[in-house]
Amino acid sequence: MPEADYDPASLPDLLPLYYRRLFPFSQYYRWLNYGGVTKGYFQNREFSFTLKDDIYVRYQSFSTQSELEKEMQKMNPYKIDVGAVYSHRPNQHNTVKSGAFQALEKELVFDIDMTDYDDVRTCCSAADICMKCWTLMTIAIRILDRALREDFGFRHLLWVYSGRRGVHCWVCDEAARKLSVAARSAVAEYLSLVKGGEDMVKKVQLSEPLHPFIRESLVVVEKYFPQYAISGQDILGNSKTVEKVLALVPDEVREDLQTFFQSEKNPMKRWKRLCALVQHQRVSSKKGCQHIDKEIMLQYCYPRLDVNVSKGVNHLLKSPFSVHPKTGRISVPIDLEELDSFDPFDVPTISLTCEELDKPRDADEEDEVEKENENEMDAAERRKIRDYKRTSLAKYVKLFDRFLDGMARSRKGEMLRKSDLQKDF
Amino acid sequence: MQFSRKKKLLSNPQNELYGHCLQFYSQPPTENMSLSEFETFAVERLKLLKTVENLGVSYVKTSDPYHKKLYAELTNLNFPHKTEADDRKDQTGLTEFEKRRKDHISHFILRLAYCQTEDLRRWFIQQEMDLFRYRFSDLPARYKTEFLHRNNLQYDTLSVEEKRKLAVKLINSSYGVSGATVEEQDFYKVPFQDALDLVRTRKVFLQGGYAYIPHQDIISIVLNDFRTRLSKALALTARSLPAVQSDERLQPLLSHLSHAYVGQDYSIQKNIGKISLEQIDPLSAKSFPLCMRQLHKSLRDNHHLRHGGRMQYGLFLKGVGLTLDQALQFWRSEFVKGKVDADKFDKQYAYNVRHMFGKEGKRTDYTPYSCMKVILSNAPSQGDYHGCPFRHSDPELLKQKLQSYKLSPSGISQILDLVKGMHYQLACQKYFEFTHGIEDSGFSLNHPNQYFIESQKLLGGGGGGGGGSKEVKSEPEMPQKGQNMAAKTPSTPHPQTQALSKQDAAEMEDLDSLFKDE
Repeated sequence: MPEADYDPASLPDLLPLYYRRLFPFSQYYRWLNYGGVTKGYFQNREFSFTLKDDIYVRYQSFSTQSELEKEMQKMNPYKIDVGAVYSHRPNQHNTVKSGAFQALEKELVFDIDMTDYDDVRTCCSAADICMKCWTLMTIAIRILDRALREDFGFRHLLWVYSGRRGVHCWVCDEAARKLSVAARSAVAEYLSLVKGGEDMVKKVQLSEPLHPFIRESLVVVEKYFPQYAISGQDILGNSKTVEKVLALVPDEVREDLQTFFQSEKNPMKRWKRLCALVQHQRVSSKKGCQHIDKEIMLQYCYPRLDVNVSKGVNHLLKSPFSVHPKTGRISVPIDLEELDSFDPFDVPTISLTCEELDKPRDADEEDEVEKENENEMDAAERRKIRDYKRTSLAKYVKLFDRFLDGMARSRKGEMLRKSDLQKDF
Repeated sequence: MQFSRKKKLLSNPQNELYGHCLQFYSQPPTENMSLSEFETFAVERLKLLKTVENLGVSYVKTSDPYHKKLYAELTNLNFPHKTEADDRKDQTGLTEFEKRRKDHISHFILRLAYCQTEDLRRWFIQQEMDLFRYRFSDLPARYKTEFLHRNNLQYDTLSVEEKRKLAVKLINSSYGVSGATVEEQDFYKVPFQDALDLVRTRKVFLQGGYAYIPHQDIISIVLNDFRTRLSKALALTARSLPAVQSDERLQPLLSHLSHAYVGQDYSIQKNIGKISLEQIDPLSAKSFPLCMRQLHKSLRDNHHLRHGGRMQYGLFLKGVGLTLDQALQFWRSEFVKGKVDADKFDKQYAYNVRHMFGKEGKRTDYTPYSCMKVILSNAPSQGDYHGCPFRHSDPELLKQKLQSYKLSPSGISQILDLVKGMHYQLACQKYFEFTHGIEDSGFSLNHPNQYFIESQKLLGGGGGGGGGSKEVKSEPEMPQKGQNMAAKTPSTPHPQTQALSKQDAAEMEDLDSLFKDE
């Protein structure tokens, strides 16, 4: 894959090209319009733009796709955030009577950021990520995706790479969009297991009986833990990290392990020993030692959510297909079927996609162009589709399309069901 | 005579209304009453709700002492506490029916007083819910069922077949449910949105968006119903408030009632400018409560604090007496020692500081956080140093910290015992007593700025005083991380600014939406 090096200084030159020829406006509009079922759903949606020099413009809203398109091509935002659907058009919020302007609905969103794992990562810190710690994101997605679908019954989950060091989840079901602040925070808390700040050493406390949700989450964690934490992060390999793990076990176990570790250097065997000791304690029914091994695994791997992001209906979150100004990477949907092979460094940058536009077309693509010509799309639209299809953005837009198709199908199903019900009466 | 009296009783609609010791307050009272009774009822219910609030901080809400103390207060203030009512007067000269009437009427009076702002509504709903939870859970099973019938509360139950299929998961999802009890008791299947308390704490089995609730936990859904109804009712009450407020007899009384719920708010005014930046370091060691001392230290160590810490510490310092200019200088000089240069500070953080002083956004003059707010809301997570050290620290780390501050071993163990019993404010007060070398501090600690003022009084520093204003002021919610620029602004307007700031309409929330939000 050709690596186009991204230089933040080139962003002002690239953005106009990106918004003119690559940004998937039609899908984007299709998403936020939600089939046009509710009147004003797209029109009352807040967008906010971050412009050059961190100038932040809130309460943007647009009546049509083409208005959004024109405005974005004019402003060329460095970053786009999506907010709530309000009671009135956000760009007119100053003209509405005091108190009447309010956030009504928004997707239920989750923001998982690698910096929140700094106390359990050894490979990188702060904004840096590597393939080793990226496993944490994979685990997070697996656990949350399952729970949101099976426990909460949501079906339309869009997972998106944030462009730098984390992932976002947009739960787009109608029921999710209508959740109150209290419900959002309850969901987020149900999903949170790791608790405590800098003054808390042991951040996971389990108690009997283990809730089915925790059991399910453990299945995921146990699958990744040996490879990720023991080998990859080497948490039992050197004295500094060992100390951190030992701080989490009760005194009796710690002493035993310290002696054992003096002769045994193999991290995997060290971990096995720890588990065996905990198991032994459990059998001899020592209180407080019941689930130490599980708690350690969860503390090192369990997803860390920013509850405040999920809670607020009016909280803004970086939009899919927005560019990350620092890395130049485009915020693209993640394919859950190929989650384990998702590589954030493989995600196209704005400079790469723009470069790809300049390459000559090959025969295949010409063919496709021919086919499209037969359709009755207007010329500009046609050209845009042609354009992104020639870049590495294509497969992500396709993924987005698939997601939108799924939503359209359930909307149709829902409408059929409703009209059937009416016939019954 | 005898006969006619009885007949009158039976046909009395009040009797129908007070037939059960607990109600959803769906029918407003319609009778005439004297102003003095009006006032007595209101004040006594307010006392009751204050007790509910205080007990909720000191005890686990389901614990025995909580129940005992609340029972005592109910009896003491002549609120109903018996399951059966009759016309016999007890030693206070009131019948149980009369107490139920008082419960009913006083609830509706406080609705009038507490529907005016989001802050007040939130407080009122919370206390009424806690009170209701206690009273419902104290009922014998038969009366619970009767209550459900009377109020038409019906929930879908699981069939025996479904229960059998899900048995293991149901057992693992709730405390106190075993194989035998799964078979015996009913399980209700409700949308998870109707059982948020159980969902939040993961005390219920969830599948496909439904919560499966054992009968023992039915209080959760009943309470949810109670909350929804009360929220809606308060929104409606607020709309009709202008009519009530035009009554000059009631208006001052109601506004007095609604202002009574907050204690001192420790917002500045009086002590502003009484402190210099050089004093902060020595003061932090002598007179700051542990939470602020900790924030100060980590700010000095890391030259940075995350948002939660900046809010908690920044507002505290404002309460201590820093002016806006001093605050800007204080934060800037510390941040620039770290990774933030002056330019970045001015862009990203200065707004935040000015915002705290009511100079940006909605221009609400924020008050410093109380202990309760610090303990209960916005718990610290990775990278955070805010919160209450007694609540949010590992006991072992807390112990080490106290040791490093040269507290005696016996003192430390006393403090840790209080922490274990979840008496965080008492633990802090003990810490105060030990660090100031006194036996009994003689005040009841509920605010970090109160700690500071009391400490200064003892040390003769004169930084005390404190704000006397008893107005209800709002505390900021969590604004967004990072972009605190025009990002979400807090949602609770100062009562007085409410009318003025039309241009800030955007940041105000409508009654109804608030209520959905708790």
